[in-house]
Amino acid sequence: MLKYLIKRVLWMIPMLIGISLISFFIMHLAPGDITNNEAAFNPKASEESRQKLREMYHLDKPVIIQYGLWLKRMATLDFGKSFASHQKPVFWQTTDKDGNVTKGLIQEALPITLMINLLGLAITLLLAIPLGILAARKYLGWQDRSITLFNFIGFSIPGFWLSLLLMYWLGVANNWLPISGLHSLNYESLDTWGRLKDSLSHLFLPVVIPSVTGLAGITLFVKNGMLDVLQQDYITTARAKGLNEHSVIYTHALRNALLPLITIVGLSIPGLIGGSVIAETIFAIPGMGKLFYDAVLMRDFPVIMGILTIGSALTLVGNLLADVAYAWADPRVRRGVARG
Amino acid sequence: MISRQLKLVKKALSKRVSVAIVSMLLLACGESSGNKQTSMLNDNKHYLPESGGTLINAMTGEPSGLISMIAGESASSAITSNIFNSLLKYDKNLELEGDLVTNWQISADQKTITFKLKPNLLWADGKPITSADVLFTWQAVIDEKTASPYASDFQLVKKTETPDPLTFSVTYDQAYAPALDSWAGLQILPEHLLQGQDLHTAAFVRNPVGSHYYKLDSWAHGENLKLSRNAHSVLGQAKIDRLITRIIPDNSAQFLELMADNIDAMGLDPIKYSRIIPARPELQQKLALYKELGNSYTYMGFNLKHKPFDDVRVRRAINYAIDKQELIDGVYLGLGINIASPYKPGTRWSNPALTPYPYDPTKAKALLKEAGFTDSNNDGILERDGKPFAFEIVTNQNKEREKSAVLIQRRLKEVGIDVKIRAIEWASFISRFIKTGDFDVVVLGWGLGLDPDQYNIWHSSQQAPGQFNFIGYNNPTVDQLLEQGRLELNPDKRMKIYHEFARVLLEDSPIVYLSAGYGLTAINKRVKGIDDPAPPAGIGHNSQEWYIPAPLRRNEISTH
Repeated sequence: MLKYLIKRVLWMIPMLIGISLISFFIMHLAPGDITNNEAAFNPKASEESRQKLREMYHLDKPVIIQYGLWLKRMATLDFGKSFASHQKPVFWQTTDKDGNVTKGLIQEALPITLMINLLGLAITLLLAIPLGILAARKYLGWQDRSITLFNFIGFSIPGFWLSLLLMYWLGVANNWLPISGLHSLNYESLDTWGRLKDSLSHLFLPVVIPSVTGLAGITLFVKNGMLDVLQQDYITTARAKGLNEHSVIYTHALRNALLPLITIVGLSIPGLIGGSVIAETIFAIPGMGKLFYDAVLMRDFPVIMGILTIGSALTLVGNLLADVAYAWADPRVRRGVARG
Repeated sequence: MISRQLKLVKKALSKRVSVAIVSMLLLACGESSGNKQTSMLNDNKHYLPESGGTLINAMTGEPSGLISMIAGESASSAITSNIFNSLLKYDKNLELEGDLVTNWQISADQKTITFKLKPNLLWADGKPITSADVLFTWQAVIDEKTASPYASDFQLVKKTETPDPLTFSVTYDQAYAPALDSWAGLQILPEHLLQGQDLHTAAFVRNPVGSHYYKLDSWAHGENLKLSRNAHSVLGQAKIDRLITRIIPDNSAQFLELMADNIDAMGLDPIKYSRIIPARPELQQKLALYKELGNSYTYMGFNLKHKPFDDVRVRRAINYAIDKQELIDGVYLGLGINIASPYKPGTRWSNPALTPYPYDPTKAKALLKEAGFTDSNNDGILERDGKPFAFEIVTNQNKEREKSAVLIQRRLKEVGIDVKIRAIEWASFISRFIKTGDFDVVVLGWGLGLDPDQYNIWHSSQQAPGQFNFIGYNNPTVDQLLEQGRLELNPDKRMKIYHEFARVLLEDSPIVYLSAGYGLTAINKRVKGIDDPAPPAGIGHNSQEWYIPAPLRRNEISTH
């Protein structure tokens, strides 16, 4: 097992280099660079100053050399500085010679996105698992049909449209929830309870809307897993033994039915750091999605590469974790790994 | 074993979530909507100017930093214009006047400008403002390490002198008329706080000290910037105590915040201005709408190096064939004007004698015929030398430009020109089409400074890839006028030069002026003292005089 783990972790290094190489080249396939952005299209800004900028950022060199420079920096875990945002560090804070600390772009955006996505994932799982089980137990009954209907309505409604409607209803027509942002303007002057209330009320829509609209997939997974399991011989055996329905479902069936969920949760780890551009824009949340989107529009290469690298590293880690969790949860997989 | 753990986790989590949901519901019921003061809002007479209150506005982007010579984006200058002063500024009629200076003198050979600072000026931290600060700022903007996109105007300065703390003089190799405008754009930075620091990483970038009406109190990343009155302000005291700018990237969300009375002001698009707000009495009652001419226009530009656009008759024909009023009505819902020169109407640089090309398809057809285009095969499309007259309009993904292109396409079809449209993302558009010169016709806009110098756009020497005369305009008369205009610092003589320049340009028709759109703003009626109609400089020119009468102020405790 340990040998297997070490092998997997070591394999991640060439994988990461390969991914970064492909990302870097695809990024440079899109025409334009930082000196072509809309603000630079200003007769006051001369071509010489733009040329100087290109030289400063080595944008005048061939892509492969730029990649080499990037890789050399990455070897020391230096994510570089943003082209577009006043040379802010991409990943983590830096201190200049006068002791001024500049916070990193990802450092500022990541906690917000992570919090929203973790809350969202928790809500999705907490709703999807019971709903999936119920739908499987009452397969083709009215409960199953209404859960399916509800899920597909949630799945089909565009998130931004629902968001705007709810923002209008809860924020404008009734003054129940704040419309956008993360904190009220008087947040600083609130006590702890007030701050918690304020944060929760601001987070309510951005967390709940994506979890409800994203419910359909996971519910279906749970339901189908459950249906599969319920047709197995050992369930028939359990029922034949005279076990009550409760322990058939929750002790014998659920364990196996939830196995596919491990894969899904493992694969959703990289998704946790990638915010949704649309939701973040509508709710005025300074998260990762908006950061990445703006970086692409501005051709802010260090930021794009920084987010892609962290994202791909987390995807690989998520895969590994899912496999390990699988082995831990399922003895059949464990034996297979031990043999291989 | 596992299932038991899962169950436990599930129980714990579901409990926590249900607590959270219940608390949210409680909270939702706890808040009542703010009281409405609409009748008081519309009462303009009974409120005398008084100090105090908070104005909350919103913008879509966050500044990258608050040293505008580096940051460059409009989000940054929107904030810094409240914090920093320049040597000169523009008054309500867009004429130059002193900002930090009492006066400025131009030497007889027009090469040296001497600025006299107002005496006893202070930075917000109480330290005096001197000519050393101005010198420091100039050195910073031309420093290679600063990499300021606006350095080029200041690199022309050959010599600077600071004979005493209130005098600063600059000497150019030859007279350079846009210099005055450049000094109106350069915000002066305090030397004592920035000496020897890296302007990109200094704490000052996020915590600046300036000299204008306001100073920065706090900046919550991605959320808001809070400004309050600067007690040492060099131009006296503004009426409103605090300015809060919230960062809300989405326009619809901004508008919802405006409807809910959580922000006081926002920029509008024509649909909100002329359809949505007038249709809702409750919004009309609490919002005042303002329109002001911006310093930008939309145009259709020909690639003059491609045939047949090298022929002035063809360019004029197309100009006659396009109905600009239709564009303004259709695209901007009438909220724009037709222009005849590349200057803001109502300012001295705009030549009042010029009139735009009228919509005249008959004349367009006649001119095209004169240029050798006939419909020889009766397919509705004109041909010359057997080749049909067809071209592609390229534009960036901008709704207004795309819509304009569609209307143009239809009008040109009527005179027998086959037009296709391609809209692409900005950076690709610039590097793939504009830089390479690989286009026939573009629909684009120019946002211009207040100085009339447009050498970079029209002079024949400015055609290299990456420069701004990408349409390849080459007219010796225009070249000469542009050179003259740069050498003449006397505003009256200079005006004549640019009036003549605009006349030649209109006749030559290298571009078709499509429209100059109005900038549209909604401001809550609690804010009084705003000039309506807006003077040429826009409503913001006297924002220090704006005031919010105490009875109309927002209850600041309940501010979301």
